Order: sequence, then C-alpha cells, then structure tokens
Amino acid sequence: MAASSSNGFRVIGTRPIRHDGVDKVTGRAKYGADYAFPGMLHGKVLRSPHPHANIKSIKIDKALALPGVKAIVTSADLPALPDKMEAAGEQAINLNHLSMNILARGKALYDGHPIAAVAATSPHIADEALRLIEVEYELLPPVMTVEDAMKPGATILLPSLRNKEDGPDKETNVAAHLQFKRGDVAEGFKQADYVIEREFKTAMVHQGYIEPHNAVGIYNADGHATIYCSTQGSFVVRALSAAVLGIAEGKIKVVPAEIGGGFGGKTTIYLEPLSVLLSQKTGHPVKLTMTRAEVLRATGPTSGSTIRCKMGATKDGKLVAAQCWLAYEAGAFPGSPVGAGAMTIVAPYNIPNILVDAYDVVVNRPKTAAYRAPGASNAAMASETVLDELAEKCGIDPLEMRLMNGSEEGTPQTVGPPFKRIGFKETVEAIKNSPHYKSKLTGANRGRGVASGFWFNVGLQSSATVNIHTDGTVSVVIGSVDIGGTRAAQAMIAAEVLGVDINDVRPTIADTDSIGHTDVTGGSRTCFATGWAVYEAAQDCVRQLKERAAKLWEKKPDEVVFENGMLSPAQPGGELKPMSIKQIASRLARTGGPIVGRATVNARGVGPAFATVCVDVEVDPDTGKTQILRATIAQDAGKAIHPSYVEGQMQGGMAQGLGWGLNEEYFYDDRGILRNTGLLDYRMPTCLDLPAIETAIVEVPTPGHPLGIRGVGEVSIVPPPAALANAIYHAVGVRMTELPMSPPRLLKAILKKRAAGEAQAAAAD
Amino acid sequence: MHAINYEAPKSLDEAVKLLAAHGEKARPLSGGTDLLIQLRAGTRRPEFVVDIKQIPELTRISFSLQHGLRLGAAAPCISIHENSDMRKYYPGLTEAAHLIGSLQIQSRATVGGNLCNGSPAADTTPALIALGAQARVIGPKGERTVPVDGFCLAPGRTVLQPGELLVEFHIPAPERHSSDAYLRFIPRNEMDIAVVGVGAALSLDVSDDRVVEARIGLGAVGPTPIFAAEASKSLIGKTLDAAAIENAARLAIAVATPIDDMRGTAEFRRHVVGVLTRRTLAKAAERAREANQR
Repeated sequence: MAASSSNGFRVIGTRPIRHDGVDKVTGRAKYGADYAFPGMLHGKVLRSPHPHANIKSIKIDKALALPGVKAIVTSADLPALPDKMEAAGEQAINLNHLSMNILARGKALYDGHPIAAVAATSPHIADEALRLIEVEYELLPPVMTVEDAMKPGATILLPSLRNKEDGPDKETNVAAHLQFKRGDVAEGFKQADYVIEREFKTAMVHQGYIEPHNAVGIYNADGHATIYCSTQGSFVVRALSAAVLGIAEGKIKVVPAEIGGGFGGKTTIYLEPLSVLLSQKTGHPVKLTMTRAEVLRATGPTSGSTIRCKMGATKDGKLVAAQCWLAYEAGAFPGSPVGAGAMTIVAPYNIPNILVDAYDVVVNRPKTAAYRAPGASNAAMASETVLDELAEKCGIDPLEMRLMNGSEEGTPQTVGPPFKRIGFKETVEAIKNSPHYKSKLTGANRGRGVASGFWFNVGLQSSATVNIHTDGTVSVVIGSVDIGGTRAAQAMIAAEVLGVDINDVRPTIADTDSIGHTDVTGGSRTCFATGWAVYEAAQDCVRQLKERAAKLWEKKPDEVVFENGMLSPAQPGGELKPMSIKQIASRLARTGGPIVGRATVNARGVGPAFATVCVDVEVDPDTGKTQILRATIAQDAGKAIHPSYVEGQMQGGMAQGLGWGLNEEYFYDDRGILRNTGLLDYRMPTCLDLPAIETAIVEVPTPGHPLGIRGVGEVSIVPPPAALANAIYHAVGVRMTELPMSPPRLLKAILKKRAAGEAQAAAAD
Repeated sequence: MHAINYEAPKSLDEAVKLLAAHGEKARPLSGGTDLLIQLRAGTRRPEFVVDIKQIPELTRISFSLQHGLRLGAAAPCISIHENSDMRKYYPGLTEAAHLIGSLQIQSRATVGGNLCNGSPAADTTPALIALGAQARVIGPKGERTVPVDGFCLAPGRTVLQPGELLVEFHIPAPERHSSDAYLRFIPRNEMDIAVVGVGAALSLDVSDDRVVEARIGLGAVGPTPIFAAEASKSLIGKTLDAAAIENAARLAIAVATPIDDMRGTAEFRRHVVGVLTRRTLAKAAERAREANQR
C-alpha cells in the first residue's frame, strides 16, 4: 500500500492503479459493441438526407424482400406520445419530441434524422436494405441559425411549439425566453468609466468521444427486455426507452457496458429503443452501432450560439454592471443549455447590477445533448474576453482584476442563495503562483492569456452497497457508470473508511436490476454523490462490524472501537485481543451472517466548481495558424480522492476547450447538409497540437460533504476558449469574437488589422 | 456494403485482362486508403476489386543518374521514405509521400493511388508535377504516356479510361544543382488533409544563382492539381531574389481557383498559395544550392 497522504487520510489522496486498468490495457474490457448473442441480428438506420422536409410516404416492400432482411420499423411502430412535458423516470421531458428524435414522425428536421431502422442477418445486408427503402420527401427551407429562426416570418420547425411570452396562438421557433436580473444595469453602467460591448458567435461542436453509440436489445417472450449499451446512465436509458416504447419501466433491464467516452453526449437515447423494437419484431437479439458519420450527424452536439456581452468597470477596476443576451441553438427540438449559459456567464464575479436574457431556439440541426458544463464555455468565451479588454483599459493585470471582483463565500449567485465556501480566488492565486505564469514569455507573435470559469455541479441520487466477504475482502457495488476513474475513487473511499488495503476492494458497476436507482454519471456528481453513498455504506459496515465484535466479546457495540481496520475493546487491557476485518470476516456465519452495508443519497449542498487557466500561444501571422506553447489549469477539487484522475479531468476538459477554441465546428453547406462527418474534417486537436497540460489542484472542501469532495468533471472546459482568444490578442493584437479561431478566421482578422494600420500610416504621410 | 469480387493478379498481363474484361465495373486496389473508405461509404460501388500490389513492376522503385527515376504506381509511400536515392535526389516528393497519414497508413498508401483517386488535395501530385513526372498507362488499346500535370480532369476523375491501369511514373534524372520541396498548409499539425499544397522543383546555375529550370505545382486550390506554368516560367533565367520569388508567388495565386469549403475559404487559400510558394521556393533553392547531384 502506498504511503499515507496528507490531511490524515490513509488511502484518499494516493494514486493506486485503477481496478479496471488491466482489462482495458489487455483489450478484455467489454464495450457495448463487443456484445454478441446467438442468433443476433444487425440493425441499421435510414437517415434523412435533407435538413427539413415533410415525409410524404415511406415504402419498405422492396427492402423487406431482400434476402436476409428480417424487420423494418418506422415511427408508425412507436406509440404516439403526449406533446407536453411529462415525467420519464426522474426527469420531466417532452416525450413526443424524444420519440420524434428516435424516428421522425411526419417531418425530417435535420440532416441525419432517423427515418426507419432495419434488422438483417448481417450489417452489410442491413446497409443494402436501406438503399431499397423509398421515401418521398417534400422539401422545406432549412433554418440553420438562431438569427434566421428568430426572424419574424421564419419557417417554422415544430408547428405545435409555443412560448409563454408570445402566447398560445403564435407559432414560433423560440422555445423559451429566460431572464435573470439583479440591481439596475442602467444605473450600473452610469457608474462605469469603461464599458465594453461585443457580439460573439460560437460554432456547434461535438463531444468527440471515440466510441460510437451502440445498443443490443433482447426482447423476451414474457414481455421483459434487456438492453446492453454504452451509456452514462443506465437508469436514464431504462426510463426513456420504456417511455418511448410504451413498456413498463420495470420490464426493462439495462446492462451498462464499458464506455469509451461520453462527456454528456451519452445521457440520452438513440439506438436503445430501436434495438428492443426490432428484437420484439424478429424474436432475435438485435445490435445497432453507429458509424462516426452517424455520431456526428445525428447524436447530440452542443449548441452554437450568438452572445452579446456588455460589461462596465470603474477606472480602478471594480465591475459595476453586466448585460448579456444569449441565443443558443437547441437543435431540432427545444432544450439547449442556454439557461446554464445565462447563469454562469458572470458567476465568478461579484457584480451588483446584472441583466441576462436567454433564448432557446430550434433550428434544423441535431437535437443538442449535454457537453461538459453545458452552455458555460460559450458564455465564458464572451464574458472572459470582455473582462480581459476591461482589465487592459483599466491597466490592471487580468488575474488581479479577477481577484478584485471575484466571487467568494457570501457573494450572491446569479440565481439562488449566496455562495457557501468556494475556491474561485484560490484558483486565481494558484495560476498567479504557477511556474508557468511566473515564467517570461518572449518572442515575436507570442502571447499569454488567462481566463476563469464556473460550473454549478449537481448532487442527485445514488445508491451503493458494500459487502464484506468471508476472506475479509470487500466489494463495492454502485450504479454509476465509470467514465473517469469512478471505480478507483469509490474503492478508495471504501478502503479509507474500512481501513483495508485498496487491492482488497473490488468495485463493480451493477445493472438496473441489481442496485438502487442511481442518476447519470454527469454534472460532475459521481464522486460527490455516489462517493457520499459509498462512504455511508462503508460506515454501515463499520456499525455492523462493531455489533459482531461486541457479540463475540459479550459487550455492547458502543464498547467497541473501530480504527484503521482494527476492532478493539474501548477499555484496553484484559484478555480480548484486537481483531482485523479479515479475522472477524471468517466468523460472520457464527455471529449472525453476512455483512452488507447499504446507503442511498439524494445529495444536497453541492459545492460549485471554479477553474482558472493560463495559455501561451504563437501565431503564424502569414497563415493565421495558432500553436499552443504552454497551458496550465488550476481547479478547485474540494478534496482530490485520486489526484491522477482529478488531473486527468482537468487536462481532458482543457484539451477539449482548446479544441473548441481552435478548429472544431459543425460545417453545414447552403442546403443545410453537414459536410464534415468524419474526424478528418471535424478537427479535434491531436496530441501534436497540444502541450503537456500543467495542473494545480486546489482543495477548498465542500461544506457538509463528509470528505469535502467537489465535482471535478466539467469546469475545466469552461475557460480555455476565452483564454486562447486572450492569448491570441496578446500575440497579434486582434480580438477574436468568433469560434473556432481557425486559421482562415484569424488570418482574415490579422490582414484586416494590417490593412487598417497601413491605411492609417498612409493617411499620416 | 454490397458484395464484391476480389482479384489479385500476379502479372501485369493478367491485371490488364481482368480490367479490360470488367471495364467500368472494376476498380484497381492499390493501398486502399481511399478506395476502402469509398466502398464503405457507398460512394463507389465496383463489382470487381483488382488488387495490384502483387505485380512486381508496380511496386518497384529504380533510380539511376543516367535514366532518372522509375516509381511503381503501387509502391507504398513508406518505401519511398526508406529509399536513400529518393531522399537524396527527390526530397520534396519524399516529404510529400511521408506526409500522407500515419506510418501505418504510409505502409499501405501509394503515390499511384494518390493520383488515380483524383483528389485535388492529393499531397504527392503537386510534387510530381513539380518534378515533371510522366505517368505510364497500360490498357486494352496498348500503352501510353501522360504527363502528371494533365492526368486529373475533375475531382475524382482522371484521364484513365475503363480498363486502363497506371503502371509507373518516370521522372527525369536530376541536374547537378537541382532539388525540390513540398509544403502544405493544414490547420492541425498531423492527421490532416492539405488546405493548400505547393510543390516546387528548381535547377540552378550556382555560379550566379540563376534559375535554369523551375516548376511549381499547386494542390487543393482548384478542381484538379495545377501546374503553375506562368509562375514557373517567370523564374527561368532570373536570379532567385525576393522580387523574383514574390513575382512567382503572385503568378501562382493568379492560377489558383479555390472554393470556400469546410477546410478554408477561397480568400484564405489564395493568400496561402502565395505564402507557401515563397516558402517552398526558398526551401527548394536552399537544397539545390547545396546539392551536388553528379
């Protein structure tokens, strides 16, 4: 066992090898696409080649006649669902929209929208069958941007969509208008010596998880179904699939496979109900896997957006007012993360006067899904670059500007009660004190940028079981899918409480029949909430262990002490020798039977997350290409259980944020067709595009959590695009307001500045 | 994916017969780095796939100072990079071949395949154009030679008729002070496709740094790879100074006909043609001055 870490912990804070590591490096780990069953059929999905069209007819006869084709389903095979918000499991969702996204009903709303699904004896036959399905479309004009969608007289995507403001009679593409207000912005701006107002555009981007979506559905003759799939939330898949299929939730079992990345994109359903429906029709297990093109065209990216951000400061750097306007692409159905964007946009700062308007807008693009701190990176791109400009105007170092105005305990949030103890300023200090920020950056066309970010984090529900086996080893059973080191962290928490070796703890992720309800691995909640449940379940074991020792020693449980894995009498001396868990484990049968610790939580008091980053770049002024020279992130983890995985989350989010800033974008042509449906032209950074990302973990414990944990999964993606924009400005003197800051865009800005400079010089002559 | 017939002839004769018999229904398979993707995406649906890598003439690389280079159409890119004559005498073509994908991809991908796929963004084509490469083609009606700068007709379309097969490239022997270079612009640092590619080959009279021969090839800035004839001609007889290079860059931009797409705007591409023409010429010149090929 590794040496003790600081703060009195024995296991927490150390870096043991993850329990799922060997399976993963030897290729034994089973991902969703690895499942195979006797008699299994293969499914494929026919997708709309048009972004917006009425579906006049779908003819499947020719495709059904192809030898090897066993079944074809369309939306006619799914129950019609109410067009209003309804409960599906634990969430409220418009089930009609959910169902229409699984299989188009009447209308195709984006390039790639599923029209029909085929099951055949081989994937190749299924693929050929798709070519034989005849669909008659009536083309409608595509509506691709929030500006076009919000225009008076815009083509309407969803005829039944209404918003509160416009009332029950007006057709609209605006699903919601939210407003957040504090103080009086007009008065606030009057106090400002400097006001900066900019308009930003950010492109729709995808999470870019390497593993495509997959599902194997097995429908049994008794009406029960099993789904094997890679998901971030097996209980969500169960609830949503049950709702779409019209099957009772309890009749579906979801077995979560290993998952090759999700970042929020695997918190909903696409193929899962189709696999069950095709299995029901054929009597065979049916497997569907997406190609990369399908993933990009038809799963949930995050919103592109238009944001206007106006902020004012006094000349000594005090922020006095902020007014923001945000419109986010929801995709084909309502539900962009614009609310989160609005609530995070100025959250790191204590600003007395705020007015934020936010619009959720449907467009002919795939329905967006969650992506790591959904909505916050877009927003921070706006506010954190405007803040950089204000700092420059005031002549104040941008980190000092953040410290002067930074949120702390007691600062009001944009919405909700004031912050409890938070670690925002500590992340700024950590960057200030980092070797990176202290180093000098020299050389032409080089610049340094900083930015900060906020994310709420969530708590929600988790269940955990901890079993003491007869040899004294321990198994931890949870319902949280492991997407970033969850098993290792949960095993460490149990090992810490029980005082056993980390290698004597086996963590397992159970299917939906084998563990209590557990919400998605998302919202940076798993280590916080599931960790809390595991902590309590292990404490439950401790209580029971004390009872057993008391029984053997003929004492009362409160006369037994448990410390470092040893049970001993509270009164030392006498003949009773301390017992280890191993010793007592072999005697459980004689003291009342097995020990199973259990706990559930509906975790409250979640600790918000903050991060601050620093980025150095060099720009080629002839081509507009940006090379990232150095990057550092400081983030508050509350308490880092396994520091390597905390650093991994920080680096991973930062890498994605830098990719978002540099080159990633959904590129639709004039007809609304997605042109970059592969990872060649959807340009995520490769390892040669990023430096090793330096990390500084800040630990400001979350008040109320038994271990002080703060979620670490998301906030790292919030500041990087803005930091990159600030660095580019300090390198070549142009303020970029559009993402991505790809070479063509940056070169255009550089040449424009150069031309303006030359014109000015000519005028001066 | 539809069902296909796979053939792997051992001789050129056999390959020509197979291709002639199946005409438009057949497609030669070289490295497959484009064709397999097209088959899986359904953008090409040949009934016969004729694997040409088992034919000795097609994978051969032979070089002599008297006769120049004969490069088999199906020689994998990695074998070009591993060939010391190629690195010494044709460093530009070699670096173009070495830019295509990862090492694994380079072990499959071929220069012939790169050309026959007909993509305007093919990395090796501007390098071949710069070197004045000739393509030897065999078909049902016999043999013919086509200059590489006239080989591509449109995106995905070449001069090859149904049944015809590209056998090899012939590149003239290098002059004493000659060399070449290829540079491409990509938004990332790897695993990317040229947004602009420029190949240049120069032969110099080092006594007065005068250009004896010059050829510039452009990629990804038109429906086909482009031989920048005016830009090339403008350099001949000139001292390779900043003004000459600037003039050539301007003439190269003038023949580029790029489009706006997901890889870059037309405006951006035209600008970068100038940037890369300057950089490629400088690099080729530096190599040519240092070269002593005979």
